[in-house]
Amino acid sequence: MEFKDYYQALELEKDAGSEEIKRAYRRLARQFHPDINASPEAETRFRAITEAYEVLKDPERRAAYDRLWNQQQQSSGGAFTPPPGWQQGFSFTSGGTDRGEVFSDFFETLFRRPSPFAKARHERSSSQHARIRIDIPDAYTGGSRVLTLQTPVAAEDGTVQLKSRDIPVYIPKGIVEGQHIRLPGQGPQSPGGGPPGDLLLEVFFAPHPVYRADGKDLYLDLPLAPWEAALGGKIRMPAPVGSLAVKVPPNARNGQILRLKGKGLPGSPSGDIYATLKIVNPKVTTDAARRLFEQMAREIQFNPRASIGG
Amino acid sequence: MKTTAPESQILDSLTLQELCRFCRAEESWVVELVQQGVLEPEGTGAASWRFHGLSITRAKKARRLSCDLGINAAGVALVLDLLEQREHLLRRLGRYENL
Repeated sequence: MEFKDYYQALELEKDAGSEEIKRAYRRLARQFHPDINASPEAETRFRAITEAYEVLKDPERRAAYDRLWNQQQQSSGGAFTPPPGWQQGFSFTSGGTDRGEVFSDFFETLFRRPSPFAKARHERSSSQHARIRIDIPDAYTGGSRVLTLQTPVAAEDGTVQLKSRDIPVYIPKGIVEGQHIRLPGQGPQSPGGGPPGDLLLEVFFAPHPVYRADGKDLYLDLPLAPWEAALGGKIRMPAPVGSLAVKVPPNARNGQILRLKGKGLPGSPSGDIYATLKIVNPKVTTDAARRLFEQMAREIQFNPRASIGG
Repeated sequence: MKTTAPESQILDSLTLQELCRFCRAEESWVVELVQQGVLEPEGTGAASWRFHGLSITRAKKARRLSCDLGINAAGVALVLDLLEQREHLLRRLGRYENL
């Protein structure tokens, strides 16, 4: 198992006082709380901070940890094995934290041990909450998906293990971000042996290469050739599923937004698709193309800089 | 394709008791969030309140923030408002950066 430097996790010196530890924890927790900090490493970091604080805030646990820390400083690094009897002389209450979560192997092995109270602490309430990542095309058509859920489970001896469970989920057509899917009876077993509770899944969308969703509406940038923009007419564009015919008005401008009513996520009413036009120039590589552009330059009276006084 | 779990449904709303159980919170805590305008249930009295999707998400987030960071109801309300403003601005920024 890997040794965890809790002082480093909280950006503290070894001799930090208890007030200082609390302050460091509060400051870092605010900074890295996954609800506040959207960066992918925030969640790992927040867990590490919380784990460190669980040990360092308790004087008995901290004293026992400090003994290990000192030994670790003298050793040559590498894998860590706690020396026998390392917690002798300390009477910290092992058996759990205030929060029912699973920390590193280091923490779980050393600071969470069987205790008569361990089981009771890990009883879960009768419904469980998780987030499910959905692709926009699945929300468009509905579909099936298998969700793998990791649940901390208290084993017979009171230790906590992560148990993964595969749950088939049917994604209702037209679901949008922020809605919940309820799976009756898929929640955790109730400790009293009653029927299992519900599982609630909060929906969020995976980033899509073309579309961005806002409620039932979908947004995209729609590239056009200069002649398509100038002449207008029907073009085809990718839809979340398949493709769509779009009518471009003649003399369409760059940045103009076309609304495709009812083509967004289905529902009553369905959402819309908003396509922002983006005029793209072809790269001129052949003589024929060069001649066409030269002809336009000669024959079309156009000053693109008129509006800026050019 | 075989439908393996026909029993999944879009959750319409939760009652006050269901929301409390779901967030592992006291009723008074949820009531305070309603008073702060963080949660906007449908219905007139606490007994007939129904909490919809956005309120459920906000309640859960509020619970995590208040437990993890020790923030009271007024503070949670402020944090959630600011987070939503930031979210909105990031979305707008994303739209412009894509142009």
